[in-house]
Amino acid sequence: MASQAAHAGRRKDQSQVDLFEYQARDIFEKHGVPVLGGIVATTPDEARAAAERLLGGQPGVVVVKAQVKTGGRGKAGGVKIARSADEAAEKAAEILGMDIKGHTVHRVMIAAGADIVEEYYFSVLLDRSERRYLAMASVEGGVEIEQLAVERPEALAKVAVDPRTGIDAEKAAEIVEAAGFAADVAPQVAEVLQRLWDVYQGEDATLVEVNPLVKTADGRIVALDGKVTLDENAGFRHADHAALEDAAAADPLEARAKEKDLNYVKLDGQVGIIGNGAGLVMSTLDVVAYAGEDHGGVKPANFLDIGGGASAEVMAAGLDIILSDPQVKAVFVNVFGGITACDAVANGIVSALQILGDAATKPLVVRLDGNNVLEGRAILAEAAHPLVTLADTMDGGAAKAAELAHAAA
Amino acid sequence: MAIFLTESSKVIVQGMTGSEGQKHTTRMLASGTNVVGGVNPRKAGTSVAFPQGDGTVDVPVFGSVEEAMKETGADVSVIFVPPAHTKGAVIEAVDAGIPLAVIITEGIPVADTAEFFAYAQDKGVRLIGPNCPGLISPGKSNVGIIPADITGPGKIGLVSKSGTLTYQMMYELRDLGFSTAIGIGGDPIIGTTHIDALAAFEADPDTDVIVLIGEIGGDAEERAAAYIAEHVTKPVVGYVAGFTAPEGKTMGHAGAIVSGSAGTAQAKKEALEAAGVKVGKTPSETAALARELLA
Repeated sequence: MASQAAHAGRRKDQSQVDLFEYQARDIFEKHGVPVLGGIVATTPDEARAAAERLLGGQPGVVVVKAQVKTGGRGKAGGVKIARSADEAAEKAAEILGMDIKGHTVHRVMIAAGADIVEEYYFSVLLDRSERRYLAMASVEGGVEIEQLAVERPEALAKVAVDPRTGIDAEKAAEIVEAAGFAADVAPQVAEVLQRLWDVYQGEDATLVEVNPLVKTADGRIVALDGKVTLDENAGFRHADHAALEDAAAADPLEARAKEKDLNYVKLDGQVGIIGNGAGLVMSTLDVVAYAGEDHGGVKPANFLDIGGGASAEVMAAGLDIILSDPQVKAVFVNVFGGITACDAVANGIVSALQILGDAATKPLVVRLDGNNVLEGRAILAEAAHPLVTLADTMDGGAAKAAELAHAAA
Repeated sequence: MAIFLTESSKVIVQGMTGSEGQKHTTRMLASGTNVVGGVNPRKAGTSVAFPQGDGTVDVPVFGSVEEAMKETGADVSVIFVPPAHTKGAVIEAVDAGIPLAVIITEGIPVADTAEFFAYAQDKGVRLIGPNCPGLISPGKSNVGIIPADITGPGKIGLVSKSGTLTYQMMYELRDLGFSTAIGIGGDPIIGTTHIDALAAFEADPDTDVIVLIGEIGGDAEERAAAYIAEHVTKPVVGYVAGFTAPEGKTMGHAGAIVSGSAGTAQAKKEALEAAGVKVGKTPSETAALARELLA
């Protein structure tokens, strides 16, 4: 089991990491993509200091931009212009703490102002269907690109990118031509696209998007707002990415789970879920939601995949996270032992309940099948823990857990 | 018959001398797989003794895939090497001209997969995975980590992105058995798709019913549905996991994420149903649908 636990501990296939705009800006700068000055701030005082640095004692404007991982912040009032450092502090005070589509603003970026004459769009991303990369570009930037793609698809150039050659000079020229960039900016834009490819490849991104890419009054091409998604699987060759990921962590329970290397997603329901294998856990959430329809509408409270190695420690860590979610009223443990042995899982549950002691107060429904299932069920029957109910089938276990959660709600 | 893997398949293991490789080679041998060699340049010329029956069997270690193929006639390689070295291992297998490479390793950077997939495609090598449980043609051969004792041979063909859902479905239908069950993996880029497996099952005389398991993310299920409508005459039963998954959250598999309106379980279910596929609400219900079709 030790090697299985180690295998599970290495699981890094969980997710991709979306960066904040200020993080994307810094990465762009590192790879030679032209950007404007930008400094992140978490308080109005920091915002004032940042604006002072950017303005350098000269008159001018800065832009105070909410750092949230959702679109539409401009419309929501999350982007404001300030004409002095004091005004930047005032605007930051207004924006910090604001709720934008369910995202609380904890940081703002103070960005240098720019005199924009044209706005463009560019992105490069993974094309799952074609199993390669796709570059998209438009000379009509600054708008919702999904909207543009639907309403005026001809205005959005799509160019396939071979993973082995990427966006070299030739490919950049092809993209620029396909998008119809004017001759006076085309060479400059092509150069920027190659730098953006450096970001994509060099940082192991799965998405690099610039919207808008702008032409300034003095003729420069600048990436004004950027979105970068990093591939967490590539973390082993990017020691610096861990810091970006931590800053990006969202829900406190998710952050705690991440520290313990658990693959956990917080949801908004009452039935805690633990299972092995992403597909089976997803399926368990669904089955619990269906069962909930007959039990007061209870829903799954989380996604938690304990992977191949369901050791007592992993099970205890998982149960601990789930039981500390105050919304959880009952827990459903659904394991199909492939490599994982059910007796090890059962031992894990028993020890986890011992480790947790009085902290374990919510009923657990356990369904085990597969490798060593009889031994596993016998261990749980023997332990006869008052909180644990054994279920014979996945559907039956889901129904029981939903019933218990409803009764306790 | 079966798909991709038969009793005549000769299998080598890249990463056989590592802990995962050894553990699973033991299991593959125990389930009757013809494992003819392992690859490790640092241990070339040695052999590894695996338990078999009451005694042991010595499996030779070769310095390269090319050498292993030359010496043994191997036509399948299963890859257990760690993520940082997987790209090199796949490219070596492709260069050696192995017809099929099954990549079990999880946690491979998608940029590496994109690169070695393009390479394999150019050279006409079939890849299965990465981040997959492999495939089993029960009673014939078993390559990867699927438990061989869940069920035996039968007339059902199964293709799934998920390992444990594959096991669950094999278990639900264990009395009927399978021609081949294949786990294609949950990564954003995979070598063998649902469509590839559907085409192979359609052509396989030993497969009467096909069970297709999908999950949220991407449009592979929608594409599979279009393919079924056009090309598949055998009955297909479907299951899609992830109806309760919220938008923008990755559910375990790197590929399992709902982005905007794309990739939802509902859309996939509707696409499959429009192609005449019966879609079950739960794995058990799906199994019952498959059972009806075989009756």
